[in-house]
Amino acid sequence: MKRRLLLFLPLIAFLGLAAFFYYRLGLDPSYRDSALIKRDFPAFSASTLKDPERRVDESLLKGEVTLVNVWGEWCPACKQEMPQLLDLADRGIRMVGVDYRDTREKGQQFLEEFGDPFELNIFDPDGDLGFDLGVYGAPETFLVDADGVIRYHHTGYIAPEDVRDVIVPEVEKWQ
Amino acid sequence: MLTKMIPEIGHFALIIALLMALVQAVVPLAGAATRRPLWMAYGRPMAVGQFVFIGIAYACLTASYMLDDFSVANVANNSNSLLPWYYKFSAVWGNHEGSVLLWSLMLAGWGLMASLCSRNLPRDMVARVIGVLGVIGSGFLLFVLITSNPFSRLLPNVPQDGADLNPLLQDFGLVVHPPMLYMGYVGFSVVFAFAIAALLGGRLDAAWTRWARPWTNIAWAFLTVGIALGSWWAYYELGWGGWWFWDPVENASLLPWLAGTALIHSLAVTEKRGSFKSWTVLLAIATFSLSLMGTFLVRSGVLTSVHAFANDPARGFFILMLLAITVTLSLLLFALRAPKVSHKVGFNWLSRDSLLLINNIVLVIMTVTILLGTLYPLILDALGLGKISVGPPYFNTLFVPLAIVMSLFMGLGPIARWKQMPGRELYSRVWLSGVAALVLGALIPVFYGPEWNAQVMLGMMLALWIVLPLLRDIVVKARSAKTFGRGLKKFSLAHWGMVLGHLGIAVTMVGVAVVSNGNIERSVRMAPGDSAEMAGYTFTMQELTERRGPNYLADTAVIRVERENGSSFMMRPEKRLYLATGTPLTQVALRAGFTRDLYVAMGEDLGDGSWAIRLQYKPLVRWLWLGGLLMAAGGLLAVADKRYRRAPKRRRGVASDTAPSQEASA
Amino acid sequence: MAIIRWLLAALLMTTAMTLATGVLAGGIEVRDFDSPVQKTRYHDLTSSMRCPLCENQAIGDSDAPISGDMRDRVYTLLQDGKSDTEIVNYMVQRFGEYILYNPRLDNRTYLLWGIPVALLLAGALLVVLLVRARRNASVASLSADERARLDELINRKRSP
Repeated sequence: MKRRLLLFLPLIAFLGLAAFFYYRLGLDPSYRDSALIKRDFPAFSASTLKDPERRVDESLLKGEVTLVNVWGEWCPACKQEMPQLLDLADRGIRMVGVDYRDTREKGQQFLEEFGDPFELNIFDPDGDLGFDLGVYGAPETFLVDADGVIRYHHTGYIAPEDVRDVIVPEVEKWQ
Repeated sequence: MLTKMIPEIGHFALIIALLMALVQAVVPLAGAATRRPLWMAYGRPMAVGQFVFIGIAYACLTASYMLDDFSVANVANNSNSLLPWYYKFSAVWGNHEGSVLLWSLMLAGWGLMASLCSRNLPRDMVARVIGVLGVIGSGFLLFVLITSNPFSRLLPNVPQDGADLNPLLQDFGLVVHPPMLYMGYVGFSVVFAFAIAALLGGRLDAAWTRWARPWTNIAWAFLTVGIALGSWWAYYELGWGGWWFWDPVENASLLPWLAGTALIHSLAVTEKRGSFKSWTVLLAIATFSLSLMGTFLVRSGVLTSVHAFANDPARGFFILMLLAITVTLSLLLFALRAPKVSHKVGFNWLSRDSLLLINNIVLVIMTVTILLGTLYPLILDALGLGKISVGPPYFNTLFVPLAIVMSLFMGLGPIARWKQMPGRELYSRVWLSGVAALVLGALIPVFYGPEWNAQVMLGMMLALWIVLPLLRDIVVKARSAKTFGRGLKKFSLAHWGMVLGHLGIAVTMVGVAVVSNGNIERSVRMAPGDSAEMAGYTFTMQELTERRGPNYLADTAVIRVERENGSSFMMRPEKRLYLATGTPLTQVALRAGFTRDLYVAMGEDLGDGSWAIRLQYKPLVRWLWLGGLLMAAGGLLAVADKRYRRAPKRRRGVASDTAPSQEASA
Repeated sequence: MAIIRWLLAALLMTTAMTLATGVLAGGIEVRDFDSPVQKTRYHDLTSSMRCPLCENQAIGDSDAPISGDMRDRVYTLLQDGKSDTEIVNYMVQRFGEYILYNPRLDNRTYLLWGIPVALLLAGALLVVLLVRARRNASVASLSADERARLDELINRKRSP
């Protein structure tokens, strides 16, 4: 009897494995964790895109719930998601942009062509702020609460459905 | 007009093949169960038919590629009119649909060979084996026809030209690596079918192992070559000189290889001694299941970010169903039919039996460990515990000690006797080899360099420990004959196969130890006229030129390499831009040699007329793959042994329970 | 099945995030190191950290811009005299544990390391148990009568 039970072990082990595979089939393998959740927005000091004289730092993010969007002129998906960002700005959400790895001309060109939903844009030509944010491509969007703590990190393109289903609820959660 | 019909002919042929596979699956199995010779006889012709018609389908797909028929979606997505003809031929299997068709073709091919070469086996056994192969074949053909049809067409908007084959695949590696690999994966289906047939027939004596051994060896040899080719291809194609990255795709091929190695040894034990019968059956099921699982992992999109051969969930689901049904039914059959009472064949602590038991256990631990490491990130993620990565540091830390343990016992196993080996005798057979291994293993790296740290010495010692006892055994036994030559002839081909196989492992081990520790790398900035030195060679960039290939543009660095003795040769690394897709590719310049490779790759254009160039000196790297070839040769040689060609007249239809083989060795 | 891996290179283009092309022969740069030790540390660090973007490449081998940034940062931190642990923590703080090829030992990964060790012990135990069980098997499987007959046969054979 005992041996018969033993002989069933491989089958049971395999069924568990198969169930696990089945579950995984439905998931998206490319989603990544963010290491920045619940952390303070990293300290930085940079100029704004429009005004080289004006300097900003992390205190910019305090006082109000903000969506920080990392974009670049070289990034096609950023162009595609601009309508969604403008929509978010229209809803009264405070938007701050990070112009990641661009020249000033290219950055300003981009905003002229595709719209500017941002209160201001942090100019990050060398990607230092982006690096500290753990950004590895654009676009990426961070939700920062009124105390300057990062609460949500959206990697990649924001689709119209994402605005409705994910971004807005997250913003409201932290208001 | 007829050329336009070729894809349709192919499609139709596939459907016919499916029908034949279904008949092959059902009728012989039913015939064996109900003892109807006529039904059982359906197996062979159906196997022939299945192979012929899949062959026709495959030929049609290949023809579509060679004729640049871009109305076929598969051709349009993976080929291009500028592609050289040999890459068009290989592009057939360079994509999901075509490669699954190749799988099916090979499966049918193995089934055909199995049916043709089994005239001396009991009829019902043959019928069951062919039937099982028919079931698997049907499953794959259904998969092809329902989810991955290579013949779907883009009518009426036929594209002007194709999307081109990924430049990384436009290489000799694509021509050889996948077919060899698939031959291995698919080949294990035969021993699987034998095991299932044995379970179904209730005939679990050692006879089925005898019949299955040659098939297993051949499949294992192919898989060994396939893996070695994959490693070699990655080495010269990727541009950073690595040859194994413990990538999930690589692991997916290594798992059935490890299980297959355990199976080869387990089959030997069961055939010779009649012991571990259930375990061998389980291993046979497991090896093929790991092949199927590898196919699933690699095509379903479950593995994160390594490949998404088929991101289509329908495909992933279908393969999972195939895998689940096949393995569940097999393991259920195993649980129900494996003998409850194992016939306890005795053996002592020091015996070949116990050493092979240890061999199997170590191989199983290796297999489970690699499987665990590969799946662990997915499991954690599924449990919501975050995303981690498990990479080379983990696998190396665990695999290397296990390999060391394995090697220690490998020195003893082949020269130990079955059942019982007096300690004194074993000691007398190995003590000299042991001492020689220690001494030579320590000294050779010191004198021949390039690196002689502890790891290299250990690797050398273990490799010698594997080989020397075998050599001594051969010499001692051959000397006892009238002439040495005649003494050598006394050994069977199976024994020589084993010797070659173990020698192959030793050679690979030396290669791994030396290249991992003796690798020298320099990244330098070079403009025409600059020189750099490495490992006694002087590299001088003579000029930077541009060149146009059949479907690419290239920047070439012409580098003159001078040896210490003054002679020199040229190396020409390139940075290519493939025109159809705009993809850049680094073409490494490789100077191969038995004792070392020189490896030069172009990095970035530094703008001021110079380039970043990486120079690498890789000692004994070829030994890695040479060892693999030796192993495969050993596996094939063992099959050529005359005992497999001799028709067992007395055994026809009857297999006795305890029938230890007559041969003294292997 | 290395072909599948290479095919993803082409499929990467379809992801929503923009990234640089090229997944090959990355990381070939010319750097000056203060000492061979530092060079080795750089090499070890860049080959044990995973590019967050690519399909399974170390930052030392990848062409992606983020890998280049990460390599630069590792180099800078090394020049600043930071220890290996500090550099690793710095990177993990920004990019998560995902980038470590050698997973840290914490509550989640005990099994990852523990299972192979447990298997090894279990395997050794199994060998001991099996051999012990089988050692006397053939001897015990003969009944007294059979034993007697066997002895008789052996003795008979020995006599001239």
